[in-house]
Amino acid sequence: MAVLHVTKDNFEAEVLHADKPVLVDFWAAWCGPCQMVGPLVDQLSEEMDSVKFVKVNVSEQPELAGKYGVENIPTFLLIQNGEVIRTEVGALPKPALKQMLEENRKMVE
Amino acid sequence: MKTADIIVIGAGTAGLTAAIYGQRAGRHVLLLEEGIYGGQIVNTPEIENYPGIQQISGFQFAMNLYEQATALGAELETGKAVEIIENDGQKIVRTETAEYGCGAVIIATGAKNRKLGIEGEEALVGRGISYCAACDGAFYKDKTVAVVGGGNTALGDADYLANGCRQVYLIHRREEFRGDASLAERLKQRENVTCILNAVVTDLQAGERLEKITVQNVVSKERQEISVDGLFVAIGQVPENQAFANLAALDDQGYIIAGEDCKTKTPGVYAAGDCRTKEVRQLTTAAADGAVAALAACTRV
Repeated sequence: MAVLHVTKDNFEAEVLHADKPVLVDFWAAWCGPCQMVGPLVDQLSEEMDSVKFVKVNVSEQPELAGKYGVENIPTFLLIQNGEVIRTEVGALPKPALKQMLEENRKMVE
Repeated sequence: MKTADIIVIGAGTAGLTAAIYGQRAGRHVLLLEEGIYGGQIVNTPEIENYPGIQQISGFQFAMNLYEQATALGAELETGKAVEIIENDGQKIVRTETAEYGCGAVIIATGAKNRKLGIEGEEALVGRGISYCAACDGAFYKDKTVAVVGGGNTALGDADYLANGCRQVYLIHRREEFRGDASLAERLKQRENVTCILNAVVTDLQAGERLEKITVQNVVSKERQEISVDGLFVAIGQVPENQAFANLAALDDQGYIIAGEDCKTKTPGVYAAGDCRTKEVRQLTTAAADGAVAALAACTRV
């Protein structure tokens, strides 16, 4: 599934009330590491159905970055049933991102 | 065990250049990278000193290199190389989870940001501590931050942060800055920059996030507490080559001892880029090393 770009207006509906865990990628155009990891998140979204993938552009959505205390980018939040269950700061290679999401699934099962 | 003609450890500028030269010479090159490919240059907003390219972002430069290398057939696997073993003329590179065989190894591990090495530092990354002003400076608009370091990176970071932050403290352990005198002079003229010299950060105080730092004068031993929202650490780089010390001699800083020919003490093991002993660490010198090391490796495989 394609990655959805969310804003403060649809964050609640798309993320907090989602019917599966959501990986939120906080990024900005000025951040090189974010640009490197962005395509990897896109790839994972095509490969994993168990997780929803969304992106938040922190320059356009400072309220969301502020609300979740995001100060370094990229930051990845895994949100389930409206709650942050995992936070990773910094650009992760694809296998590490995938592992993070799979570990969560095992935890839930 | 997976094999290749040449294994390159590290997919930064040196490693990716080595892959391009190796593949073009008809050898199969496998890159092992522990994190995201691209290396340190990914953090640089604008490159303006690479010959033939007037201006390019570090991200775009890294992507171009990666795409060039992989289009030529170079392979990249994620993994941290933890050991190189010699076995009957062949080399085996071990990562935490796998083993790879090859005829020649190019170590291109680069360098990483040096940490302050004080308590709480790691835990506060993302909650007040950053190693990349270009990435994270924008979160500190109208806030108070400190920059630690005295080289060009620290001076440039302080200058950049002073554009948006209310107050910038620049903390350096020596009497004089190591970076460009003109830049240092400009910083001293800026109203919202305060230089604290002969001083080191000794303690971090944090609740939910970083709140205060303790700064100690190295001469008088006097200590002061400063309330800050952010702390940007720019105290240089450190190499990480200890795992290869059996085959490649290291200098006292941990850089691999090798000359312009990139040859280490072990035949078939080369060092390229920032991880090698050298005077000038630039994109151009990393790329040059990548080419030299790859062509040398091609003579063996």
